[in-house]
Amino acid sequence: MTVPPVVLVAGNPNSGKSTLFNALTGSRAHVANYPGVTIDRTSAPLTMSDGRVYELVDLPGTYSLSARSREEQIAVDALLGRGVAAPQAVVVVVDAVAIGRALFLVIEILATGLPVVIALNMSDEAARDGITIDIERLELLTGAQVVRTVATKGEGIAELVRAIGRAADIEPSAAPFLERPEALNLDIAELEAAILEEGVLDRPGAARAWATWLLLSLDDEGADDLVGIPPSLRARTLAIRERAATAGRNVDLEIISSSFRRVDAIVDAVVQHASKVSRSLTDRIDSVLTHRVAGGVAFAMVMMVVFQALFSWSEPAISFIEARVTDAQGAAVAAMPPGPLTDLIVDGVIAGVGNVVVFVPQIGLLFLFIGLLEDSGYLARVAFVIDRLMRSVGLHGRAFVPMLSGFSCAVPAVMATRTIESRTDRLLTMLVLPLMSCSARLPVYVLVTATVFAPGARLGVFSAGAVLLLAMYTLSAVAALTAAAVLRRTVLKGPGGTLVLELPPYRLPAVRVLVFNVWQRVRAFLVSAGTMILALTIVLWALLSYPKAPDSTGHGDQLRYSLAGRLGHAIEPAIAPLGFDWRIGVGIIGAFAAREVFVSTLGIVFDIESADATNEPLRAALRTATWPDGRRLMTPLTGVSLMVFFVLACQCMSTIAVVRRESGTWRWPMFMFAYMTVLAYGASLIVYQVGSRLGWGA
Amino acid sequence: MSRHSGSLAGLPLGGTAIVSRVRGERAVVRRLLEVGLVPGTVVTLRRIAPLGDPIELKVRNFALSIRRSEALGIDVE
Repeated sequence: MTVPPVVLVAGNPNSGKSTLFNALTGSRAHVANYPGVTIDRTSAPLTMSDGRVYELVDLPGTYSLSARSREEQIAVDALLGRGVAAPQAVVVVVDAVAIGRALFLVIEILATGLPVVIALNMSDEAARDGITIDIERLELLTGAQVVRTVATKGEGIAELVRAIGRAADIEPSAAPFLERPEALNLDIAELEAAILEEGVLDRPGAARAWATWLLLSLDDEGADDLVGIPPSLRARTLAIRERAATAGRNVDLEIISSSFRRVDAIVDAVVQHASKVSRSLTDRIDSVLTHRVAGGVAFAMVMMVVFQALFSWSEPAISFIEARVTDAQGAAVAAMPPGPLTDLIVDGVIAGVGNVVVFVPQIGLLFLFIGLLEDSGYLARVAFVIDRLMRSVGLHGRAFVPMLSGFSCAVPAVMATRTIESRTDRLLTMLVLPLMSCSARLPVYVLVTATVFAPGARLGVFSAGAVLLLAMYTLSAVAALTAAAVLRRTVLKGPGGTLVLELPPYRLPAVRVLVFNVWQRVRAFLVSAGTMILALTIVLWALLSYPKAPDSTGHGDQLRYSLAGRLGHAIEPAIAPLGFDWRIGVGIIGAFAAREVFVSTLGIVFDIESADATNEPLRAALRTATWPDGRRLMTPLTGVSLMVFFVLACQCMSTIAVVRRESGTWRWPMFMFAYMTVLAYGASLIVYQVGSRLGWGA
Repeated sequence: MSRHSGSLAGLPLGGTAIVSRVRGERAVVRRLLEVGLVPGTVVTLRRIAPLGDPIELKVRNFALSIRRSEALGIDVE
């Protein structure tokens, strides 16, 4: 089978590019990963009326081609065919309302000499705002075909497909003339010649575009993360930049300004504004939603709805899934003869699938809300309103929704960090987010407080349990924000930390697009993170079940005999200073599957059937449990120490799996696991040791 | 057009001025230039976030939000 030729779709963020891509291709999109980075490569076949087929590839949304990171480099490499097949044509999606900004990317792409089709999107909005664009003149001045589209309504799509077919027949040309300072032209020509000599690119148009890109992108200090650039060209580029700087010239400014001069000339010639348009709807909505008082209230209300939804609306669906998993396990036990294979299927495979599917309601709901907020335009306002607070700990305004979702569950929350543009900002958010006290920690808190405090125990006028619960949530938020501030100043210094945020006009989200995007996210989770969670569940099951005790009488005996049980014993010297014995150690190991599993694992250790957080026999067993020397195990101080440990420890393999997927390497999830474990151990150690010295240990 | 000369951060609410120079860390400056804040561009301070920062600009017919620290590096006249 021959590989179909590639047609790229480029455009600014918020230009409606993805919606247009979906309108062009239906829902046959294939999502893969670009090698070495964590950017989705979305592609789909596009069939012409004459039967020709192209592979349409959706480039990441960007304002320009310049790059500092490998992720940003994807666009220029795809356009110039570096490391991949060169495209036949490029569709550039232009937000007709903001054409005065969007044409900058068009000019950069035209400079590659590739045939271009401009999709003048949201042309209905532009018309409503009193903006008239002269299509024929725009075609004349850019040399591109121009098609008016309204992607959300499917308008102009058929015509766009025809234009793509025509463009793909055109051979790439030499780069069009762009008026630039003479000194800059000489710089670019010198580098272009060096590129052609080096043989990296053979088409002069492509070489010139790449020369401009190198001048704009390479970091003088060599701190950029760009790949595939021969050292000789890197040295040449930096020498040219240095020469220009010595002559008092600013190459970046010269390149960008000359492109914008061209943009302004085109806009002057093709765009007409109606004399006076009444105050726009967006402006009127914003005067409420970003108002000092009303804006704050609206913000709090929207966030409460999102939080409420994640916390309680997902509950019935989660219970339903858990019940079906139990049913399936029961059916498997009934249908199969008892033995190791049945155990593997029941406690490994079915439980593992359950562990994966159980996240779907929260992921679906979170991405539904994020989609609603993003497509309506409010998500950018969330960042606008809260950025001041987030920045004080080094986080981006866009980190707020993921952090808030962390109180519900870290897995969807980590996935939600994709709305943050810069990789540094995104990594920072996903590394501290698992400190937010998720709902899976709640059963642990409930069990512990109910065990160590009598029902009526009070601290002042409040119930001791409630005070402790509040303290744990506060600790988790403080820990997450402090960790962010520390990591930002140490491991994640680098670039990022800027805002430069577009506030798009408010729009009604299109339901079809919304549902499609939610499904994409859920599917991506099931396929990549899901398989890893399933595998880890099976490994953990094996740890808890093997080797088999020779004459096992109860589950408890078996667990004590298993690898995990022995591991619990082995780590007892390490965790005893925190107030934990080997039984709690086994519980902590079991909790790696999901924190609430701590409760059922303890149930097995204490030989208590069907233990849950509100199960009285388990509490009673814990209350009477003692150390070998007769001291009580679960004192209030041990309880607090245990809760603090659970707040801070990364005791969740699903979080690790999803951070692995979203960061693209094992390095960051391992780092996260290490720092959180150290933090948890240290904090519990301090709590227990200081508490014991003060005589609270009894 | 109000006569204001100095940093964009000092522009009064609703005030309009023309960008004359963008200073700061190279990556930040490049980003600001690429979204259209090149010298000669007309910019209006449209709104200030409830907590006093960031600010919302109108530039090239779209709404752009930047932090005050970034606006300090943009000279206008």
